[in-house]
Amino acid sequence: MSFSVTEPAKGTKWIAGFLVISYACITLVPLLWIIATGFKSPADSIAYPPVVLFEPSVEGYVNLFTERTRATPEMLEAAGPADTWYDEIVRERGTIISGPSRYGERFLNSVIIGFGSTLLCMILGTMAAYAFSRFKVPLKDDLLFFILSTRMMPPIAVAIPIFLMFRNLGLNDTHLGMILLYTAVNLSLSVWLLKGFIDEIPIEYEEAALIDGYTRFQAFYKVVLPQAATGIASTAIFCLIFAWNEYAFAVLLTSGTAQTAPPFIPTIIGVSGKDWPAVAAGATIFLVPVMVFTILLRKHLLRGITFGAVRK
Amino acid sequence: MAQIRIENVRKDFGSFNAVKSSTFTIEDGEFFMLLGPSGCGKTTTLRMMAGLELPTSGEIYIDGEEVGQKPASQRDIAFVFQMFALYPHMNVGKNISYPLRCQGLSKAEVTKKVGEIAEILGITDILNTPVGGLSGGDRQRVALGRAIVRDPKAFFMDEPLGALDAEFREHMSEELRALHDRMNATTVYVTHDQLEAMQMGDKIVVMNHGVVEQFGVPQDIYDWPATKFVAQFLGSPAMNFLDFNGMIGSGGNEVRLNDIPLSVPTSIEGTNGAMSLGVRPEHVRLDDTAKYRGRVKATEYLGTTQIVTLETANGDIKARVGSADKVRVGDQTGLSFDPRTITLFDADTGVALRSQANEGVLNYG
Repeated sequence: MSFSVTEPAKGTKWIAGFLVISYACITLVPLLWIIATGFKSPADSIAYPPVVLFEPSVEGYVNLFTERTRATPEMLEAAGPADTWYDEIVRERGTIISGPSRYGERFLNSVIIGFGSTLLCMILGTMAAYAFSRFKVPLKDDLLFFILSTRMMPPIAVAIPIFLMFRNLGLNDTHLGMILLYTAVNLSLSVWLLKGFIDEIPIEYEEAALIDGYTRFQAFYKVVLPQAATGIASTAIFCLIFAWNEYAFAVLLTSGTAQTAPPFIPTIIGVSGKDWPAVAAGATIFLVPVMVFTILLRKHLLRGITFGAVRK
Repeated sequence: MAQIRIENVRKDFGSFNAVKSSTFTIEDGEFFMLLGPSGCGKTTTLRMMAGLELPTSGEIYIDGEEVGQKPASQRDIAFVFQMFALYPHMNVGKNISYPLRCQGLSKAEVTKKVGEIAEILGITDILNTPVGGLSGGDRQRVALGRAIVRDPKAFFMDEPLGALDAEFREHMSEELRALHDRMNATTVYVTHDQLEAMQMGDKIVVMNHGVVEQFGVPQDIYDWPATKFVAQFLGSPAMNFLDFNGMIGSGGNEVRLNDIPLSVPTSIEGTNGAMSLGVRPEHVRLDDTAKYRGRVKATEYLGTTQIVTLETANGDIKARVGSADKVRVGDQTGLSFDPRTITLFDADTGVALRSQANEGVLNYG
């Protein structure tokens, strides 16, 4: 039996694996709870002790996407038999569908604002980080510190001034306003992260491109960007997650046209009693885009987190 | 191909003066070495020629045109980096063709040229492989391929063999020299390795502390160093210095060390005071009849020769003698120096005194 210095012993591996899996299970419980609740009936969703095995129902999802009104038996009679499967579910509860809910719009707003601000943040962040990394910027260190200092308090601490500013500029409850706001909040993180990644790229690549006859911008575009893809991807994920999940500003600054999903989801609850399954369904669907985005970029994300160690 | 002329070029980084007023000329088709210890300004000089740094003052002429303040992309030159700087996201063929694609050549022309270059460098079979997994030698060839594919006016190389292991360097340096002879392109090559410089170079510039100490053909620089720095930097072991106080007049051909007369090449400059007599180890002979004496301190056996370290009244010196010679540590012996090979230096300034032997090869740039 020989020991290896670098390779952990089998027992250690088992313990490590067990710990990681248990930690994952614990953190996944709330997520599973939400997903499960989305498929419960309203009665099951508030049962105590909680029901683990239940008869799945899509009522929550139907309620999420529809507006319903209470109907008397005569009205139900008059409306004739249900046309569709979701009509049937709604009628069993003595209600009829009066129209689609606003969840679709709110979700779309979230997509526009979340991805829009992430994109803008990446464009500005990459260029600023490149400049900080490569050029002699006067007062470079002070500027970088200043940029970082914008994150030294919770962004919501300046909510009132921003609210007033937005009102005067007519940016209240607009997509553009929210995109600008989330970009501003995320920019410091993205400049700092990306500067780290770009610092790691040897300057010789650009010099080689310059000598090969390319302009500075072409060198940036064709040589630096592909090299920085890892960093850009992981930074983009962080930015998207912030913008996607942001609640406080969204509550304060949006109400109608530009309202995102996070402030909207809790309002579902008030429509007809405590409709937890609908809320859970809204949260579940809301998870999907960030999950897909992260899974698509996960190879980069992993390399990005360990960048100092594995590059070169 | 082109002649390159450097005139009074100076480079400051903030308050640090990296290159102090250098002047020299690289003739068309020459293999030109910039030699010096690290931090001497050789790489900065090369980067200024390439346009990767702009000189603080002075002019750089490539092919008669002043390019000092022009960006690299407008100078039509190629650069081989120490770490090769192959674009990691492209395969070998794409790397080589990258400079061509910038010029807007047609696909067929690009493919044809890349094929030719790959043929010359013997890398046809790896054109489609990514550069990540290549060996050092192959990376080097790809980097060269990217440089020569465009037929630039000059090649600049910044320690291109520095990243290779010793065994392979030998091989690559021959390959490089052969490639140069075949293309006949003006090549400027930066190195800190004096052997590499002497092996490959048509001409050498020796730099130290941002100053050009001497430039010329390798033989002249080795035989007739212009300064003590050059004398020490080239050759292994370095040139010996015997420090003494004495005088030599213009036209004199003898100096007295501790009242022992030693012949030297006929001097053109006279001086009086602290001097150093420089002599290469291979020009020191152990000769019991000689008046100048030394005691053997140590011997190093090197196969065909041996290096004998001797203690003298003017400091330790090393002699390179045949390995068959019987030399015992502690022996007293006479030392004679080949008078045709001696250089005298002013001990204070470190500058060689002009003599009839070194006249005409002391180019200080």
